[in-house]
Amino acid sequence: MKKKQSTIQALLQEVSDPEIPVLSIMDMGVVRAIEANQEDVLVKITPTYSGCPAMDTIAMEIKYKLDQAGYKTKVELVLSPAWTTDWITESGRKALEEYGIAAPLEASRDKLALMGQDKMVKCTNCGSTNTKMLSQFGSTACKALFQCKDCLEPFDYFKCLK
Amino acid sequence: MSKQEKIHQYLLLLGDNSMILGHRLSELCGHGPSLETDIALTNISLDLFGQVRNYFQYAAKLSDEEKTEDDLAFLRYSHEYKNTLLVEQPNTDFAYIIGRQFLFDAHHLPLLQQLTDSQDAQIAAIAQKSIKEVRYHFRFSSEWVKRLGDGTAESHRRMQQAINDLWAYKEELFQATALELEMQEWGIGANLDILKAKYHDRVLPVLEEARLQVPDTQFFHFGGKKGIHSEHFGYILSDLQYMQRAYPNMAW
Repeated sequence: MKKKQSTIQALLQEVSDPEIPVLSIMDMGVVRAIEANQEDVLVKITPTYSGCPAMDTIAMEIKYKLDQAGYKTKVELVLSPAWTTDWITESGRKALEEYGIAAPLEASRDKLALMGQDKMVKCTNCGSTNTKMLSQFGSTACKALFQCKDCLEPFDYFKCLK
Repeated sequence: MSKQEKIHQYLLLLGDNSMILGHRLSELCGHGPSLETDIALTNISLDLFGQVRNYFQYAAKLSDEEKTEDDLAFLRYSHEYKNTLLVEQPNTDFAYIIGRQFLFDAHHLPLLQQLTDSQDAQIAAIAQKSIKEVRYHFRFSSEWVKRLGDGTAESHRRMQQAINDLWAYKEELFQATALELEMQEWGIGANLDILKAKYHDRVLPVLEEARLQVPDTQFFHFGGKKGIHSEHFGYILSDLQYMQRAYPNMAW
């Protein structure tokens, strides 16, 4: 059974959020439980934001991937406990940064950053912290839009959600 | 009415506010006063619609009839929607949009806070999810109230006008219907008296910082929660329901 869990986990590692293709749903903390017996698999996933339009695609992708591997798959959406950015793994944070999205700061600093009161968000292009927030709401529900004042590049910041 | 049917009705009451406000904000897609505010308002709209889906999916499950979330969203008649009159007010100008959002968020946030302790596990779960998003909404709308109120003479005038006009709609948020009282008794719904008592603690400091006068309105509008809507509502529905009425059962 252990082996089966890790096989499924490895398969799910290949499924990503279509809006952030570099981040696997395992690294994002979207997969909450995998229940496997015989050939049946139940995967429980939770949305990052209530209105996340990617959830349907993610659920379809999971089902497709596991069905292909010979499992009878069911995907269930759970809301509680509510997703938090703390569930993004260390390798997930790294992948975000490399992709050009600044990873979330801890809650107290995040608030200051989004109020424009402190310079803490690091530019993903040049690494400078001389950055400013352009908009608290960015290209998707989970991101805010920042700009680097040194290299002038705009970039996304993944908002802290607690 | 069975308990299950009553919870179904309560979910519609909760969801309708978010849906109609979400629809109003969606009308601004591509029409916001600046790119950043356009994106922000439509993001808030998306959050609200996500929350509505959670309420309506659950409501559909509790329904005796074979109903889907889409039926609940698109195929009810005007009097069957129970949103408050505040959220159906039009996008008159940016100050109105912000004023409407602010007066609603200042109620929405503590409402969800209470619902996180609901005896109904699914309502509690939806509230726990939503409250994280609504914290951002309240921060956004109160920051803009301050910026417009304490901005130029023109922005101040418009923000004051919006608050003056919309103030008459705030009382309905706290007017408990028989259903809400029952839900409160069962520990499922929120206690609106508590929300009302604390509302000004949240609203007045922001108005003060924005250099805005608190309106001395004595007359308040009621009706939405009982299904009696303003004239604006018919136009909203004809827009919102057009596809389902013209092409019944169409799906994406």
